[in-house]
Amino acid sequence: MLGRASMLLPCRSILPARARPFSTDLPAAPSADATFTEAWTKVIPNMDPPKTPLSFMQPRPPTPSSIPSKLTVNFVLPYASELATKEVDMVIVPATTGQMGVLPGHVATIAELKPGVLSVHEGSEMTKYFVSSGFVFIHANSFADIIAVEAVPLDRLDVNLVQKGLAEFTSKLSSATTDLEKAEAQIGIDVHSALNSALTG
Amino acid sequence: MASNAAVPFWRAAGMTYITYSNICANLVRNCLKEPYKTEALSREKVHFSISKWTDGKPEKPTLRSDSPEE
Repeated sequence: MLGRASMLLPCRSILPARARPFSTDLPAAPSADATFTEAWTKVIPNMDPPKTPLSFMQPRPPTPSSIPSKLTVNFVLPYASELATKEVDMVIVPATTGQMGVLPGHVATIAELKPGVLSVHEGSEMTKYFVSSGFVFIHANSFADIIAVEAVPLDRLDVNLVQKGLAEFTSKLSSATTDLEKAEAQIGIDVHSALNSALTG
Repeated sequence: MASNAAVPFWRAAGMTYITYSNICANLVRNCLKEPYKTEALSREKVHFSISKWTDGKPEKPTLRSDSPEE
C-alpha cells in the first residue's frame, strides 16, 4: 500500500511548473483595436472612432520588481466607496483566521472577513472602522481591495444597544430549538461580542 | 484536496454565505447611534411588487415594502 502511494507522488510534482500566471502578471489588454480604428478612419475620417468599455477602464498596474513603499487600498461598500486608491502604510483586517496586517509587498491573498475592526494606518494617523463581514483581495502589486457589506466608524456605535443585543442573543441561544435558530443566535453573539470588544478595547 | 474541510457553523445549519452576511450587516446597523441608524435603515429599505400567476395569467400584484430582513 505504501509502495503505491510513493509511486503516485512523483507524478504530481511535475505539474506546478506549468501553473497559470496570476492576472496581475500578464500584460494589460490593449484598449483600442488597431485594425478597427484604421478601418473606421478610412470609411469615416471626420468622426472619432467609438470608445469601447475597455478604454474607459484603467488596467491594473503590473507587479513591480521591487516592493513599493505604499499599499494602495480600495475600500468599498455597496452604497459608497470609503477609500478609493488611497496610498497607505498598512491596514489591519479582521480575517476569519485572525487580525491580519497587510504591508506593501504582501503575498497575494484572498481572505474572508469576520465581524471586527479594520484599521488603516497612514503615517501617524489611524482610522478604524467596524466591518460586518466581507472579503479582502490582496494582489501581488500591493493593491488591496476590501469589500464589506457594512462598515461604520467606531464613534457611530451605541454601547448600550450593543450590550442589550448581546444579552438578548445569549438568551436566544439557550432557548433555541432548531439548528437554524441556534446558528442565528450564535451569529448574533459573535457580532455583538466583536462590537463590544471593539468599543471597549 | 480537502473537500471535507470543516465548514463554518452557519453553513452546517443550512444557511448560505449571503444570508449570513446580511444578518451580520443588519445586526451592526441596529447598533448604530441615532441619526446614522435611521439613515442606514432607510437606505436599505426595499419596495417590490409580487404577483402570483395561475393558468398562465398574472393575478393582482401585491405591493410590499418590507424592511430588508428576509
